[in-house]
Amino acid sequence: MDISNGPHWSPYLVGILIGFLNILALLFSNRAIGASSSYAKISGIIVQKINKDYIEKNEFFKKNPPEIDWGVMLIFGIIIGSFISAIISGDFALIWVPNLWTYLISPAIMPRMLTALAGGIIIGIGSRWAGGCTSGHGISGTAQLSPISIAASISFFIGAISTAAIFYGL
Amino acid sequence: MKFNHNKNIQRFLGLMIGIAFGFLLHKGGVTKFDIIVSQLRLKDFTVLQIILSSIIVAMLGISYLYPHKIISLKAKRGSLQNAVIGGLIFGVGFALLGLCPGTIAGSVGNGSLDSLFAGLTGIIIGSFLFAVFYKKLRILGILKEDKYSGKSLFDKIEGNPFKYTLPAALILTALLIVIEILLV
Repeated sequence: MDISNGPHWSPYLVGILIGFLNILALLFSNRAIGASSSYAKISGIIVQKINKDYIEKNEFFKKNPPEIDWGVMLIFGIIIGSFISAIISGDFALIWVPNLWTYLISPAIMPRMLTALAGGIIIGIGSRWAGGCTSGHGISGTAQLSPISIAASISFFIGAISTAAIFYGL
Repeated sequence: MKFNHNKNIQRFLGLMIGIAFGFLLHKGGVTKFDIIVSQLRLKDFTVLQIILSSIIVAMLGISYLYPHKIISLKAKRGSLQNAVIGGLIFGVGFALLGLCPGTIAGSVGNGSLDSLFAGLTGIIIGSFLFAVFYKKLRILGILKEDKYSGKSLFDKIEGNPFKYTLPAALILTALLIVIEILLV
């Protein structure tokens, strides 16, 4: 927690605290931390405004009702928490293109936006297909010794490391 | 606990846990594309260090709390097949976006406009597309549930779970030490 060391803490300390936070979530709200399912709920909430009938008849949304629940609030919380930390450590900066992307690909905004959009769409499909993401399967599910979560977590990184090698180069 | 069933208290707890989670994700540096893509290119190991240390703590905590019936488990439903196919699809998007569903929310808080206007929008669109094709994927048998659905190995362990989770924690710690010595 050396301030001169920039905005960041030791990854081990952060990991240990996230581990405790997972326990707190189970203890106080009977929920395992996971981010991805909330995006499906948010999509349902948005589409509901335009076509309520479709959402009511859709099999997925029958099982996963689109409502602002614990998980959707968790997403808003993550945005706020990261913002607070970024502001107090002087690390908040509005940027369109990440530095490493500029270095590896290009400083232009459009290629980054299109790739982020495509990557986001693929993540949305993949996370619902697998039933979770890096937090839900990777941390919460693996710590609960769920075979499905362990298989998903390994697959996330196999897919991501190979794609990164092809797309960004070695 | 009784207040679990009150929707507004649940929302408030979700918000509070989210704020703490987002704060920690930023402190860990993983609200940044640069750190995550460097991990995926095996040039930096911050992401793995955070994930493995959090698994160790949460797993050991569960090993004590679950047998004492203080918490219940929330193992996800599905199948190994869904996990592997969906996981590989996820991985492709994870590398292109350079962030995952939790860390992208953190990167929005950190000021990334590509995350806000493109990445986040993409995840919402992708999740909706999945919902649209969900019924068809189930009818075709591509999405299914197997014997691992909703299961945790904690329920297979007879007696004290620490006899398995303590050695597992030591192996993960050894892995972190090896990464620290050889790669960092």
